[in-house]
Amino acid sequence: MKYSYFPGCSLRGLGRAYEESLLPVMQHLGVELQELDDWNCCGATAYMAVDEAKACVLAARNLALAERSGLHQVMAPCAACYLVLNKTKHYLQDYPAMKAKIDRALAAVDLTYSGNMPVRHPLDILLNDVGLEAIKRRVQRPLKGLKVAPYYGCQIVRPYSTFDDQNNPTSMDRLIEALGATVVRYPLKTKCCGGSLTGTVPRAGIRMVYILLDEARKRGADCLATVCPLCQFNLDAYHADVKSTYGGVALPTVYFTQLMGLAFGLPESQLGLNRAAVRFKWRPAPAGAPPPPSAATPAPVTA
Amino acid sequence: MKIHRTIKYESDCVRGFGRELMSVPGCEQLERCIQCGTCSGVCPLSIYMDYTPRQVMALTRADFKREVLHSHTIWLCASCYACTVECPQEIRITDIMYELKQRAILERVYPRGFPIPVLAREFTAMVRKHGRITEMVLVIRLFLQTSWLAALGNWRLGLDLMRTGRFSLITERIKRRHEIARMFDALDGTKGKGP
Amino acid sequence: MVSLKQEIRIGFYVCHCGHNIASMVDCPEVASYVGKLPGVVLSRDYKYMCSDPGQELIQKDIKEFELNRVVVASCSPLLHEHTFRTATAAGGLNPFFFHMVNIREHDSWVHTDRAEATAKAKALARAAIRRVAHHKALEVKKVPVHPDVLVVGAGIAGIHAALTLANAGKKVFLIEREPTIGGHMAKFDKTFPTLDCAACILTPKMSEVGTHENITLWSHSDVVKMDGYVGNYTVTVRRRPRYINEELCTGCQECISNCIYKEPKFADHFNEGLGKRKPVYIPFPQATPQIVLIDPEVCLNFKRGVLTDKCKKTCVEACGDRKAIDFTQHEEFKEIKVGSIIVATGFKAFDVKRVPQYGYGAYPNVYTALEAERLVNASGPTGGEVVLRDGRRPQAIGIIHCVGSRDKKTNRWCSRVCCMYSMKLAHLLKEHTGAELYNFYIDIRAPGKGYEEFYDKLNEEGVHFIRGRVGEVTDWAMAPEEDGKLVIRVEDTLAGFVRRIPVDMVVLATGLEPQADSQAVRRLFNMSCGTEGFFLERHPKLAPVNTFTDGIFIAGCCQGPRDIPDTVAQAGAAAAESMVLIDRGYVEQEPNTAYILPDCSGCKSCLPLCPYTAITFDDATKKAVINEALCKGCGTCVGSCPSGSIGQNLFEDEEVFSEIQGVLAHD
Repeated sequence: MKYSYFPGCSLRGLGRAYEESLLPVMQHLGVELQELDDWNCCGATAYMAVDEAKACVLAARNLALAERSGLHQVMAPCAACYLVLNKTKHYLQDYPAMKAKIDRALAAVDLTYSGNMPVRHPLDILLNDVGLEAIKRRVQRPLKGLKVAPYYGCQIVRPYSTFDDQNNPTSMDRLIEALGATVVRYPLKTKCCGGSLTGTVPRAGIRMVYILLDEARKRGADCLATVCPLCQFNLDAYHADVKSTYGGVALPTVYFTQLMGLAFGLPESQLGLNRAAVRFKWRPAPAGAPPPPSAATPAPVTA
Repeated sequence: MKIHRTIKYESDCVRGFGRELMSVPGCEQLERCIQCGTCSGVCPLSIYMDYTPRQVMALTRADFKREVLHSHTIWLCASCYACTVECPQEIRITDIMYELKQRAILERVYPRGFPIPVLAREFTAMVRKHGRITEMVLVIRLFLQTSWLAALGNWRLGLDLMRTGRFSLITERIKRRHEIARMFDALDGTKGKGP
Repeated sequence: MVSLKQEIRIGFYVCHCGHNIASMVDCPEVASYVGKLPGVVLSRDYKYMCSDPGQELIQKDIKEFELNRVVVASCSPLLHEHTFRTATAAGGLNPFFFHMVNIREHDSWVHTDRAEATAKAKALARAAIRRVAHHKALEVKKVPVHPDVLVVGAGIAGIHAALTLANAGKKVFLIEREPTIGGHMAKFDKTFPTLDCAACILTPKMSEVGTHENITLWSHSDVVKMDGYVGNYTVTVRRRPRYINEELCTGCQECISNCIYKEPKFADHFNEGLGKRKPVYIPFPQATPQIVLIDPEVCLNFKRGVLTDKCKKTCVEACGDRKAIDFTQHEEFKEIKVGSIIVATGFKAFDVKRVPQYGYGAYPNVYTALEAERLVNASGPTGGEVVLRDGRRPQAIGIIHCVGSRDKKTNRWCSRVCCMYSMKLAHLLKEHTGAELYNFYIDIRAPGKGYEEFYDKLNEEGVHFIRGRVGEVTDWAMAPEEDGKLVIRVEDTLAGFVRRIPVDMVVLATGLEPQADSQAVRRLFNMSCGTEGFFLERHPKLAPVNTFTDGIFIAGCCQGPRDIPDTVAQAGAAAAESMVLIDRGYVEQEPNTAYILPDCSGCKSCLPLCPYTAITFDDATKKAVINEALCKGCGTCVGSCPSGSIGQNLFEDEEVFSEIQGVLAHD
């Protein structure tokens, strides 16, 4: 199993803990990743707001580079990159006039894109290519006693839900259960975190973050598990603002890959756990020991 | 008690605005909007908007360009696609919002220092120049051009990022940077927008 | 080859059809062109050939110009071939000396270049002129119509059609798949807008059906095969086993009280799964026929539907001398002969599992409309008390309109009755519970008699109507009053803001769609269906109960969603169409039968090919013989005969070849 690996700008920046935990986990499972040579920014949501032809070209360059690499599929862990690359794929398939334009732009730099490069999310690859059984076998320190609220966010389920249900996705739920943890029922699992609005329009953005954290707390979760670097950043870095406006909700937010790393017994230094603003202090018992008590203590809400 | 008179005349419309937008690939379905309100109902940001997404659809179709481009709605859209997925007429509302953002930016219809278009401008400039985004640099540039106060207010966040090793100002760039500019120029040569 | 013994005198008419043909085809030019062709004595163009003056023109011309052939170039033969054949006959000529050319559906309506369309019209007319010269005089075949009628489906449509026919003295076979008749209407509590009790108006009719001397009611049965043609259908009906002798069961239900299962345990289909029943059961107290039945999937005397005879059989004991229980019953096939068939198989409610965002299944207090009907019904699983699945009594109820309907992702169409029944349910639920009622709609569709007034009444009762299509039902609470409730977040489009409304119970107004097996059923009865899957009527305005197969009629929701008044009206219409056939006593068939020529070599290869078994072998002459009465003119034997010894009336070789030559000829 070898895939082209498209990290995206965020995994080298604010979301570096995602990459730090993803790479050793994939290696541990025997999934080979080859970083896409000279990949460029996918354009994310910002470029679509300015010029969608240019946004498509940015994404198409990556797809063309992937074709050139000789590997047959791209893994894009960042949810926004995943969406933009898939959106561009669909756009080029549905609108031949647009494809013709993009082809001309790519030709100007000696690149071609045939239109068939699958772009997949690590959750998809883990569940469908690696398989839950293989993952279960690798679990050395089951996460028994940990209650996790699985938070998918928008971009890997909408609008292209290629590997999971749009209304009630369960891929991460099943993965977390395979690691031995308990998944709490979390009705807001696909509700938007606000994206870049936490920075640009805090009045709206901070409240959306608060809603997500508070509901997870109410459902008894010890932490939230995410698939997107911006979601993790929003849920993690703005605790101070949430506290001053609505009262503190000190729930840590981790990447699902970090949970996997812990369950596999990988060295903690590799998992980027200390990159978060709200530390995830819970640890699974060493192999063979009884499970630790739940770390969740509901914080007083003074909203 | 300030009283406003809000009648709209036909001269308040910009005839052709809606039709032009609906001719963009992906936006054709707007013709079939039955104003059911599902989009506004599922939109997590609709409660902050001056016009709800449904209203923006109606205004766009009715050619009320000024009202639409001046609305807060198009900037508050987080492109979460909840509306697009639930729309019974399969209208790509999120894509229409992107189109409206583009038109607002082209016509510079937004208050000075409004962070979202500034972010879009800085983002695109950075990508064009380097091929990748250096998030911290982008954020700092954004704050410098919008609100110094907000930048200072986030000092704790800044310290956190430094503490957790995420405060990097080293520019991320790709090797073949010239390719970006060349591709964009090839597009602009053919008027990069619409068929 | 038939040689033309007499002089051919053809009268040609090209119709303008108003603008329909004339806007694209130059009719005067076609007329003038055809007028110069050999055999054509007169050639006219006229505005509306199908009108009275048009038809009279044909009759006049035949007499005045001694025409012996007539060709009309106009619309589709499906529409007016009969009209012009009749006019030709009225003019004293055998109607089969008439030939029709379609220059509307085949030409003016499908082309956009006037010059090309006119050239095509000329070519088609030329072909017709050459063909009609070879036409022979033929007599219309009269086929007797069997006076019995088959009605498939015994909901209100089937019941009404059956009673209408039976009261007119016709013998009706009424087949119903379920163990009881009554269909969906039997499940309703009250009907809109009059709030008549559904059972009170339906059960007298059900009872009448059960006792009518002219109706043979076979419930728990379905149709498995249909052969034949209008007036002469042979239908095979499968009678599924109840394990109860219908003649002997009195409906006392002692067997149910004495069943080994002390408490009912199995999901009750009639109550939409809300109630429970035992393996031996009656669908509902007023079922017709008043006969119980045993479910072999759960009865202890069976294992996975196969009889093991291991149970104590307390039911048989309780039945006593009546001896009505018969475990040895098996399915029976019965063959019946009827002249016409009315298909009234009804609808299926939209499956709410296709819209998981409304929370059905995830939250216990989300109900479908049919489930809500059973809750408020006094003979339902809760005796008419609105008690929710978790035991609560609701203080606020939300009814969501358009579930599954008006949505490109599920069903495109509007299901027509949901606004009205949602209002009805709002009224009934409010009456039973005193709760706050919220109806969430896109449009209020209240077009019938008394419907708008019903909407007024609902407004007066204080039901809240909120115009906004609901995107989601959730149990995520944002405010203290929402804890423990289901929250409906919706844009109140008329007020202009988004609202969150906490309710205890959500009712989903599910739409109507075709039955799950509608494709199999329509193939069985040789019917077409529309893109949505409902059975297709012959003409949406002028023939709503006919299908494209003569003798087969449709009525009720199987043709499209409709309310009870329209269903009953359609059922009456279908019954009337049947009666037309029966009372006339015969149908006229196209004389397009095949016939064996003298040079038949007796190879018998045509015999097994005939779908109507119309060909037999005469051992004396050693030649095949075609029974004209059975032949339907399909042409299979004609095409397959290795020695070309079968001809077909109306499609003789020289007729077809001359037509081809006419089209391909150059001037």
